[in-house]
Amino acid sequence: MKLSVLQQSYLNRRSNSFRSSGPLDSSSDSAIKSPAAIFWLVLHGLSCLISLVLGFRFSRLVFLLFSTSYTNLYTSPFHSSSELAKTLDFHSLLPTNPVGNVPLPSLNNTVTNSRVVVGRHGIRIRPWPHPNPVEVMKAHQIIERVQTEQRLQFGVKDPRKIIVVTPTYVRTFQALHLTGVMHSLMLVPYDLVWIVVEAGGISNETASLIAKSGLKTIHVGFNQRMPNSWDQRHKLESKMRLRALRIIREKKLDGIIMFADDSNMHSMELFDEIQNVKWFGAVSVGILANSASTDETVDQKKGEEENPPMPVQGPACNVSNMLAGWHTFNTLPFAGRSAVYIDDRATVLPRMLEWSGFVLNSRLLWKDGDKPDWIKDIDALDGDIENPLGLVKVPSVVEPLGSCGRRVLLWWLRVEARADSKFPPRWIIDPPLEITVPSKRTPWPDTPPELPANEKPVIGIQEPTLMHTTKTRTSRSKRRSKRKHDEARADRRTGF
Amino acid sequence: MPTKMREWSWGFLFIAYAIASSIAAERNPWTERISGSAGDVLEDDPVGKLKVYVYELPSKYNKKILQKDPRCLSHMFAAEIYMHRFLLASPVRTLNPEEADWFYTPTYATCDLTPTGLPLPFKSPRMVRSAVQLISSSWPYWNRTEGADHFFVVPHDFGPCFHYQEEKAIERGILPILQRATLVQTFGQRNHVCLNEGSITIPPYAPPQKMQARKIPLDTPRSIFVYFRGLFYDVNNDPEGGYYARGARAAVWENFKNNPLFDISTEHPTTYYEDMQRAVFSDDIVLPFADAIPWEEIGVFVAEEDVPKLDTILTSIPPEVILRKQRLLANPSMKRAMLFPQPALPGDAFHQILNGLARKLPHQKSIYLKPGEKILNWTAGPVGDLKPW
Repeated sequence: MKLSVLQQSYLNRRSNSFRSSGPLDSSSDSAIKSPAAIFWLVLHGLSCLISLVLGFRFSRLVFLLFSTSYTNLYTSPFHSSSELAKTLDFHSLLPTNPVGNVPLPSLNNTVTNSRVVVGRHGIRIRPWPHPNPVEVMKAHQIIERVQTEQRLQFGVKDPRKIIVVTPTYVRTFQALHLTGVMHSLMLVPYDLVWIVVEAGGISNETASLIAKSGLKTIHVGFNQRMPNSWDQRHKLESKMRLRALRIIREKKLDGIIMFADDSNMHSMELFDEIQNVKWFGAVSVGILANSASTDETVDQKKGEEENPPMPVQGPACNVSNMLAGWHTFNTLPFAGRSAVYIDDRATVLPRMLEWSGFVLNSRLLWKDGDKPDWIKDIDALDGDIENPLGLVKVPSVVEPLGSCGRRVLLWWLRVEARADSKFPPRWIIDPPLEITVPSKRTPWPDTPPELPANEKPVIGIQEPTLMHTTKTRTSRSKRRSKRKHDEARADRRTGF
Repeated sequence: MPTKMREWSWGFLFIAYAIASSIAAERNPWTERISGSAGDVLEDDPVGKLKVYVYELPSKYNKKILQKDPRCLSHMFAAEIYMHRFLLASPVRTLNPEEADWFYTPTYATCDLTPTGLPLPFKSPRMVRSAVQLISSSWPYWNRTEGADHFFVVPHDFGPCFHYQEEKAIERGILPILQRATLVQTFGQRNHVCLNEGSITIPPYAPPQKMQARKIPLDTPRSIFVYFRGLFYDVNNDPEGGYYARGARAAVWENFKNNPLFDISTEHPTTYYEDMQRAVFSDDIVLPFADAIPWEEIGVFVAEEDVPKLDTILTSIPPEVILRKQRLLANPSMKRAMLFPQPALPGDAFHQILNGLARKLPHQKSIYLKPGEKILNWTAGPVGDLKPW
């Protein structure tokens, strides 16, 4: 009587679904026949009681004491039938399931040549659960191999070389931008040639940066310095790109030309997609034009949409996926408030259509060879062109790429530091600074108060050396009130 | 209980480093042809090879049940309903029972669902018995062979044993009156009471549109080494583990839940990796259409005791072997054979069932009983089964 109550309470505690009424029925069905069975049942009931009192599975403790194998933290099914018989009784002792007696008849059914055992099985856990690093490497190699095979099967057949044209010049953020482009290009799985045209002539800065890429590069200098206004900068960049195109023509490079401006962001799918171009293609470019928005714009926008969609420049298609027009950037909202000089804090606007949204087959530039008649000769251009559409006589021949311009594969951004910002050449501090001068005392003009706290990158570099000088401690306390945020960072770094 | 059922015949672990062939019907020359034990049997057309007579049972055995609960059409045992519908419209169906090779009894035995949607098997034995009694008294064909040329679709947990709990199912054994019939079931375990020699194992039903909608495109680079979605612990009936899936799923979870190579969780699958390399770990399991599909060449079989070493096993497979397995998997006929599309397409699971039945023809002369001979014991089985339905 007591036993069945115990069993019932145990069951109810364990499973709350009415479906478990099944096992309960069978346990009451299988009547107790022999004294040995009674004994085991009594033992079982006792264990249940103890578990109820103690609040945990007493049986596990008991079993752990008996467990011999250290690799199996729990029981495991056994292979020989004799072991089976021995331990099945043991199984029935443990209050795992009141139907402990039932597995015995099933033994007759699972014949010796089958290793399948009915009933509760142990959950095998290995003692050292962490992955083996060698195996992890192997797994990654397998994944790589599979991806290579995937690319062979579904990727581009006969991929062509990609010729990347990047105009650049030495400035504070050059390392930031160029490294980003460089890393993207290093990941491209196709053959690549990188033509870097530098305004102001070839410099060691740029050369050392691009040398780290390991890519095939052509570094060319352009004998004009980069001007200070965006308008002029755009014009000069167009000239620089044309210079690169002329080099391609001279060297008769064969491949697909794309324009990777050094501050743009490219997705890897872009390089796969441009392989589909025949002669002249266009992709959609997302324009990240909103730089630090001032308070006025925020107030104005509150009344309008919550999240204005990102403007996109690129080909527009009609229903039958033919080129119907162009999406260009709407400059009206920014009229009069756009940046004029490179270090203005206002929004930097792109041109109507950016160079980076176009790709061309390099054979279009060759002097001879069969090419379509709608392409103009580079040498015969009078003046400069604003975008590559100036190279074609008929704009309708442009092929829209990226599912007809619906996929944005790269993003245009222009972010530059202040014109007078200083940075160590090649970003190496050599020799290490001994005397540091707090930035308040530099000849830089006073910054207006609404600048965010982490604008000055130089502070970070100087902090580690502060512990050498006593002068700066006083200045730090002066700055403490203004830049608590930076202080916290500095303290952590210097360990004060 | 559908989850337990899954453990036996569909305990698959999906590894998603797969290459795929094209989804469309175009032949990709890169896939490998699957040759089963009898040649390219997956593409056989059963029409002309067999004739099936479908008994006209009163609608209380099928239509009325479905009307009461239309959820039966989308749960994992829906194969029995769709098989009936397929046979009604198929060219292999004959209206003349004299020329039939196989006889089909349409009973929807699993369509008794709990409020949460889990099927209860408690009434199924009585229903099937009642159906067989009906056909044996109304037509002479059952008594001719005592069911040896009849087939039944029993896709539930443990198939014809009609119970979701393994011990109970084994205790019951196969329903005595179905002992001579051919059983089409999803449960497949060698040397088990609930799997007869000559049964046809089928995949569980999954709505094809759902699978199609969630497929990952073929050229997306596969970046997950091991992928699994499903239950590890049956929290309602067996919260500590050890019963459900014989502890194998729980072992997978405990050993690999922190392993970055394994993307395993109990969330509902949101993506379907079409051409995964499949690893099976269930000792002695019988996979669907095992006589037509060479599973040893396609999948990776891991013994239950080796589950803690799963990562070692998987990483030690040479890449060429993996690629070959993927090519085999990518075979479109293989993919089609696992689905139950509506309406039926050539080469799908319905046709494979018919192919399986066709391969068992011609019937041996010994199945025909002499007049007056009786083999089946109609009163065998638990007392509760003998009550009329």
